[in-house]
Amino acid sequence: MNNGSKKIEVQKLNAWFGATHALRDVSLSVEQNSVLAVIGPSGCGKTTFVRCINRMHELSPSARQSGRILVDGQDLHARGVDPVDLRRRVGMVFQRANPFPTMSIYDNVAAGLILNGIGGKHRDLVEKSLRQAALWDEVKDRLPQSPLSLSGGQQQRLCIARALTIGPEVLLMDEPASALDPIATAKIEELIRELQESLTIVIVTHNMQQAARVSDWTAFFYLGELVEHGKTEQIFSNPREPRTEDYVTGKFG
Amino acid sequence: MAFSRKQHTDRSYDEELADLRAKLLTLGGKVESEIAESVRALAERDTKLAEAVLGADREVNRLELEIDEKCRRLLVLRQPAASDLRFITTAMKIVVDLERIGDLAVNIAERAIDLNQSPPLRPLHDLTKLCELCQKQLRGALDSFVDADADKAEAVIKDDELVDALYHNLFNELLALMMEDSKNIRRANSLLFVAKHLERLADHATNVAEMVIFMVRGTDVRHPHSRDEV
Repeated sequence: MNNGSKKIEVQKLNAWFGATHALRDVSLSVEQNSVLAVIGPSGCGKTTFVRCINRMHELSPSARQSGRILVDGQDLHARGVDPVDLRRRVGMVFQRANPFPTMSIYDNVAAGLILNGIGGKHRDLVEKSLRQAALWDEVKDRLPQSPLSLSGGQQQRLCIARALTIGPEVLLMDEPASALDPIATAKIEELIRELQESLTIVIVTHNMQQAARVSDWTAFFYLGELVEHGKTEQIFSNPREPRTEDYVTGKFG
Repeated sequence: MAFSRKQHTDRSYDEELADLRAKLLTLGGKVESEIAESVRALAERDTKLAEAVLGADREVNRLELEIDEKCRRLLVLRQPAASDLRFITTAMKIVVDLERIGDLAVNIAERAIDLNQSPPLRPLHDLTKLCELCQKQLRGALDSFVDADADKAEAVIKDDELVDALYHNLFNELLALMMEDSKNIRRANSLLFVAKHLERLADHATNVAEMVIFMVRGTDVRHPHSRDEV
């Protein structure tokens, strides 16, 4: 572990969808083994921001971007960087759990290994990932079953386990708990704190209490601009920017 | 810090905050007049007025309960952040100080009733001054809260030194009176209690002022030396 060093550095990032300027001159860095929460109203650019970090933004038709993003000091767009390889190191979990519906629970987790041509003892790696995702005890007796037999919260943790099998260094989470009930949400939040020991996490959330609970740092975006970035406690108790104050106290719109 | 005049998206939240604020102002006004009346009852030897103070404190206690209930409700239902959070946590703290000030007014009124049973001691200039100064400190603390004015609050904190100095003078003066003639002891002792109550009142005003600075600026100015140990 290398606490305090910069895992991700974003420098003057701009992103567009056609004529729409979705991110404007965003610069910030994320410390290794920290959790960064990205908050802001719908359309503020927070999802675009995380999608740039694993080069998913450029997959959208009409997408453009400028500026630099470094992971461990290496530019994501440097010559020779393979986006598929990058996405192995920078995993992503989405709002809606998206297990492969025709595969078993076991195969869903093993899929990451197979698709990436990773050999070795898959069974051990699958168990390790399911344990890391705090799902092992709930599924160990039903591994051949369909993932659709799991609850929404279990499916989401299954997707986290799938992302973990290939040993990412960064995990991007886009609203990972917004479709879950409070108990499943609490499990995901606890999991984020555990995963932080071995990973760097960026989480997008509309739930400000959740951002306050799980993160060390918070970034507030508005209209594509990074308005304020600071320690989470400071952002929620004494923000510097009036726009942040208005957003966290519920005075927007 | 970022202070916004904008309204909350949910207007009923604004109304609840406004209601909490109004209740705090009512409570502040009540304890201020309780103190004024207990001090006047003492100066003018008005036992009836002193007895009225004893009755008025029930209203203060009722307001304290209402304010606590309101704060708890806001915390659980709104999960306030930033300036709202600081306002509500400040309210929860200053309500305790204000209620204690009300209790001190009652204590002063009780001493006035007792002192009015005997002929007056010779006039004590410093006691009059202490009464005036402590009332000024209380008013200053309440004004700083009403206006969300941290500079005003800082002035209150600084002037607590004057209160302490005056109290020590008065203490020595009363001690001298007791040594002069043992017949003075009972009355001088009662006055000493009054002086102590006033000095405590000013300390509570200082607490209120410290919380106002926290509310406005988001910085905690209490116990600067202990801060390093936290």
